[in-house]
Amino acid sequence: MQSANRSATTQTDASVVEARDVTMRFGGLTAVGGMSIALRRGEILGLIGPNGAGKTTLFNLLAGSLKPTAGAIRLGGADISHEGPERRIARGLGRTFQIPRPFSEMTVLENVLTGGQAQAGEQIWSNFLRPGRVAAQETAAVDKARALLDFVTLSALEGEPARVLSGGQRKLLELARVLMADPDILLLDEPAAGVNPTLLEFIIARVMDLNASGKSILLIEHNMDVVARLCSRVVVMAAGKHLAEGAPAAVARDPAVIEAYLGDVA
Amino acid sequence: MSVELVSYGAFFLTIALTYAIMCLGLNVQWGQTGLFNVGVAGFVAIGAYVSAILTTPATESHLGGYGMPIVIGWLGGALAAALISFLIGALTIRLRADYLAIATFGVAVVVQLCALNLEPVTGGPFGIGFIPRPFAGLAGSPLAFSLLNLGVLIAVVAAVYLSLERLVRSPWGRVLRAIREDETAAFALGKNAVRFRLQAFAIGGGVMGLAGAVHAHFIGFVAPDNYVPILTFQVWAMLIVGGSGNNRGAILGAVLVWGVWTASAAAISVLFPPEQQARAAALQIVMVGLALCAVLLLRPRGLLGEVRVVSRYLDPSARRFPAQEIATDARKP
Ligand SMILES: Nc1ncnc2c1ncn2[C@@H]1O[C@H](COP(=O)(O)OP(=O)(O)O)[C@@H](O)[C@H]1O
Ligand SMILES: [Mg+2]
Repeated sequence: MQSANRSATTQTDASVVEARDVTMRFGGLTAVGGMSIALRRGEILGLIGPNGAGKTTLFNLLAGSLKPTAGAIRLGGADISHEGPERRIARGLGRTFQIPRPFSEMTVLENVLTGGQAQAGEQIWSNFLRPGRVAAQETAAVDKARALLDFVTLSALEGEPARVLSGGQRKLLELARVLMADPDILLLDEPAAGVNPTLLEFIIARVMDLNASGKSILLIEHNMDVVARLCSRVVVMAAGKHLAEGAPAAVARDPAVIEAYLGDVA
Repeated sequence: MSVELVSYGAFFLTIALTYAIMCLGLNVQWGQTGLFNVGVAGFVAIGAYVSAILTTPATESHLGGYGMPIVIGWLGGALAAALISFLIGALTIRLRADYLAIATFGVAVVVQLCALNLEPVTGGPFGIGFIPRPFAGLAGSPLAFSLLNLGVLIAVVAAVYLSLERLVRSPWGRVLRAIREDETAAFALGKNAVRFRLQAFAIGGGVMGLAGAVHAHFIGFVAPDNYVPILTFQVWAMLIVGGSGNNRGAILGAVLVWGVWTASAAAISVLFPPEQQARAAALQIVMVGLALCAVLLLRPRGLLGEVRVVSRYLDPSARRFPAQEIATDARKP
């Protein structure tokens, strides 16, 4: 906290996670080309841009699912470009997927339990040598997972296999699952896309709750209303590059942004 | 009931239970983790040969023997197979699933060729005989001998089963299941998929090695011909019939498929004239194949399907997949 105050003058130092001039090429296609973005401590930052702009690819770079062709990812000041996703979540960086990826044949509750970090029961030997500790941790994890299911209103479905969930419920499940890891930073890829209006309001409220509880959130979202309500700041991406940045209202008026979106529609 | 019948029943079950151990090993790899091992026979052979070399009396005809206690042989066989599985896995498990399959097939072929040609170590085509049998001193009274042997096998299967249940129905097993379902998502949740798959592959291989060692001590000899692809086929059939992903299913499937195998052997010896019996033996494979098809048609998830709830710390009202459940008709009341 102290360091955040001290360095509030420079944007990069206050950032919790940051992409510096990253490029990602898939063969001949440059999905992300020299993009920089910094998420500041405690904010909800919106990331918008036309389809195919490279937003999800940028998330994959931040979360470690992809390694950048060039450029660096920094987390809390450390260069983590070469760490895999499993290391980054241990550092408090959690992400959801644009298309939810539940473990379909596992129950809703066990999907959430899988998000737990540093479980003794995930070590082979602990299951034989320290069964008491494994049992105690698992009991605590189950309580926590049930509370998270309550938070996303999926409690009634805890014993069902995840494949029976609707699209919106899958997004909620994925949110609960990543929250199980207690991330400080959340990367949410279109958490409200394609959900009904009631659920949309619910998700907005939950994102606000999470932010109020201290989490820094980077959010990809197409609905400018939602962005305006949630985000203090927006970064616009187009064709793999940083196009504009600022308050949602200002960005929405920016001619370059409007043109990028119109180009997408045409 | 005649003594012969009981002895025969005990002998049958003893052998069936050695297959059950192989099947439990494959279940860790395939059933829990989705690792496609088509070289089961190779890992079984490693355990069998290592145990044979460790426990047989000193000889000129192969490496060793070192005359060690049977238990040491079994542990040595299991450890050797686990170690080799670990090495194979470390080289190939990062690759796509089909490369692992090819690698395991390669292992089986290489092991068999080594068994056949590395005569100073393995005894070559004649293999290794005079492998000590548990309770050999009792061989004079066949009933006690076969019942005690069955008891040993039941104890070994129970120990393997309980250990695997403890392991698989734990957070560790839950990670395996998650990796099997969606490796990318599991990775994003902090699960190092490579590490877990490697562990599962090594444990499964070790269990197969143990099975090979135990099996060798009951039939009394090892030879290259024991560890051919048909063995791999049998173990796969056992697992699919019993229910992939279910340890009890693995045991049940082993006993049933071994039953089909021996029953069809008996039928062939009755129905075919002696000069045709060698060729008719191929019908055993056909019979197992038919049993496999029947089960796949009637109960696609095997006789005992996978239990959905992984963790044994959770409500034991764990429901099974209804055997005939169709994936699209998923919603339950
Ligand atoms: N794994 C991949 N392999 C090849 N091309 C990819 C891959 N992932 C994304 N792309 C391409 O990169 C571009 C950006 O995609 P994406 O990041 O999903 O955009 P957005 O999320 O902004 O809609 C698209 O042209 C897409 O087809
Ligand atoms: Mg996207």
